[in-house]
Amino acid sequence: MAYSRKDFISLLDIDEEEILYILETAETMKYILNQKNKKAPYLQGKSVIILFYEKSVRAKLSYELAAQYLSADIVDITVSKVSDQYETINDMGRTIEQMGGDFIICRHPMSGSAKLLAENVHASVINAGDGINEDPSQSLLDLMTIKNQKGSFKGLKVAIIGDVAHSRVTRSNIWGLLKLGAEVCVAGPPTMISSGIEEFGVKVHYNTKDAIKDADVVMTMRLDTDRTSKSRFISLDEYQSFFKIDEHSLLDAKKDVIVMHPGPANRGIEISSQLLDDKRCLLDDQITNGVAVRMALLYILSNKAGAFL
Amino acid sequence: MKILIKNGKIVSNEFDYELNKNSDIYIKDGVIEDIAPNIDIEDAEIIDAGDNFIMPGCIDMYSKICESGYENKDNIITISKSATSGGFTTVISAPNSQPVVDNKTVVEYVYTKTREQANVNIFPYGSMTKGCEGNEVAGIGEMIKAGAIGLSDGSYTILDTELIRNIFLYSKMLDVPVVTFCEDKNLARNGVINDGIMTTKMGLLGIPQIAEDIIVARNLLLAQDTGAKLHITHVTTKGAVALIRHAKKSGINVTASTCPHYFTLSEKAVEGYNTFAKVSPPLRTEEDIQAIKDGLKDGTIDVIATGHTPVSVERKLTEFDNAAFGISSLEIAFPVTFTELVENGVLSVNEFVEKLSYNPAKILSLDKKGCIKKGNDADIIIVDPKNDFKIYGESFFSRAKYSPYDGKIVKGKTIVTIVKDKVFRFG
Repeated sequence: MAYSRKDFISLLDIDEEEILYILETAETMKYILNQKNKKAPYLQGKSVIILFYEKSVRAKLSYELAAQYLSADIVDITVSKVSDQYETINDMGRTIEQMGGDFIICRHPMSGSAKLLAENVHASVINAGDGINEDPSQSLLDLMTIKNQKGSFKGLKVAIIGDVAHSRVTRSNIWGLLKLGAEVCVAGPPTMISSGIEEFGVKVHYNTKDAIKDADVVMTMRLDTDRTSKSRFISLDEYQSFFKIDEHSLLDAKKDVIVMHPGPANRGIEISSQLLDDKRCLLDDQITNGVAVRMALLYILSNKAGAFL
Repeated sequence: MKILIKNGKIVSNEFDYELNKNSDIYIKDGVIEDIAPNIDIEDAEIIDAGDNFIMPGCIDMYSKICESGYENKDNIITISKSATSGGFTTVISAPNSQPVVDNKTVVEYVYTKTREQANVNIFPYGSMTKGCEGNEVAGIGEMIKAGAIGLSDGSYTILDTELIRNIFLYSKMLDVPVVTFCEDKNLARNGVINDGIMTTKMGLLGIPQIAEDIIVARNLLLAQDTGAKLHITHVTTKGAVALIRHAKKSGINVTASTCPHYFTLSEKAVEGYNTFAKVSPPLRTEEDIQAIKDGLKDGTIDVIATGHTPVSVERKLTEFDNAAFGISSLEIAFPVTFTELVENGVLSVNEFVEKLSYNPAKILSLDKKGCIKKGNDADIIIVDPKNDFKIYGESFFSRAKYSPYDGKIVKGKTIVTIVKDKVFRFG
């Protein structure tokens, strides 16, 4: 068994073999997903709690469907606000556990929260995004999409464009891609590049042209102005004039370049509408793979999961 | 009350051990009456120092005593116990209690309360501004008259340059140190750790070193301009050390202090979201640690203060962003510093005593403290320099019973603390 942890928290903490094992399992799940009857019995009698402290439509839907296809019982709790009197995530975890929750899928605005929860409950915790730290399942679906297209990661050149400092998907993608042997470079305004990232082996550019040159994969991300202080970027207009990806930007990339975006996209800001609808842009594959990866995670962790084991 | 200390090795400035090897210390009514070989006093309580170090009691230039207003974190009684067991006989308290020490009535209250309850000397700083808010100057002259020992901004850097310049100017007439905590809050923003590889690794927001350096530079220029007696606390960066070194060379009236965690723990201590290592200012890099040690060695940094900032354990056992900044430091500052600096040969024992007792007394004009000599207050500690012991947060007297040093093996246990005529023994 290549993945024997109780939880799935971050790509920084796990190794190459574990990532590949999850991706392999996700292929099997994708097969189930493509059947007429999508129901598999693996999680029958297990309960999955979706504990989100942030608004979400896509991720939640993806997790819910993944759990349903595996026959689990699902409860969705959305805690709207982390206020001063808020119950710590540990106390919430304890409550869920006492009610028999086997899996907790947690999204929370503070970095490290999923790890803290995982250390304090017996249930299996899946990190669905902690602050600006990581969103590892979102990254796995990107990795799966790349693997489907390119076969392997060794020597691939991946360019990531956007707010690198405040994007949790990007952080997970960087750790995952580096572990799998890809070459990673980032491009964005210097105010949005995280400190010391070069020390981890990531190349930094301040323009898209240098980053995209000879790239096999171009990833761009949603510009989320809520996560960053106002002075870090000037305006949407200015941002798009420097960092928007369109067909023209791909001229210097490899011929078989693929483009990815975690969605939902700001059309015309980080990516042109035209490119978003181009066949090189694999948004649809990413979405499907998202469900498969999440099914795989639930399936793999179900060997361990259980509040009263 | 008569006390006679025999057989120890006296380590103190203005005292030559080699010349006075076999000296005893005679204490009468809280004052050092005599230091001489073979003193014999019939009805004195005899303390056998048993070959251990006898040092002047340490003077902590920056602690939060939490009283009044935050007694759930610590209070005068727990602070007294923490201090005496950690080798400190004098504690200078930060002004940001509730109410803030920003007028003479609160200063008087602190004195009344400590007279009743404290077993150590506690002197308050007065806040430079009303409510420690950095907007309006407080009644600083009246506070100093009432006994405030200096002026402090209480870990809230005053950004208004005209206001801070006027406070510097005004302080000259009072002849007290202005003690400033240097962090530009616009640069620090919502940061929780040092801006660097750990922010990238852990997805936490950073506080860059420049947030400290820029205010240190400003305050040094203001001190040069006004001639105020500036003291910079919580020095954590290489840049700040270089600036202060340069300022001292150019004759600016400045002294500086740091805390043990800034030269023993690096930013890596927060790995795994360890909230016990969440302190303000944040822990920095190995390079900064080296610069601080160099600064201590060459005299750029005059003082080691504890920076004791207790917060309840509940405020620590939570998400990193949600956790409070703070460290329980009174009980570990001495042994951690002793082990890291003296045992590792960075400072001599004499230089160590200088940083923890002699220099603070000089800076704060505590004329009868900081040195073992005839006529001084009998604030004395006896320390075992040889035997190892392990740090256990749970055994602290402070209400903040946790530590990023848990399990660390150190030397330098205080075995006897004398504060004037009170004797405390620790096993």
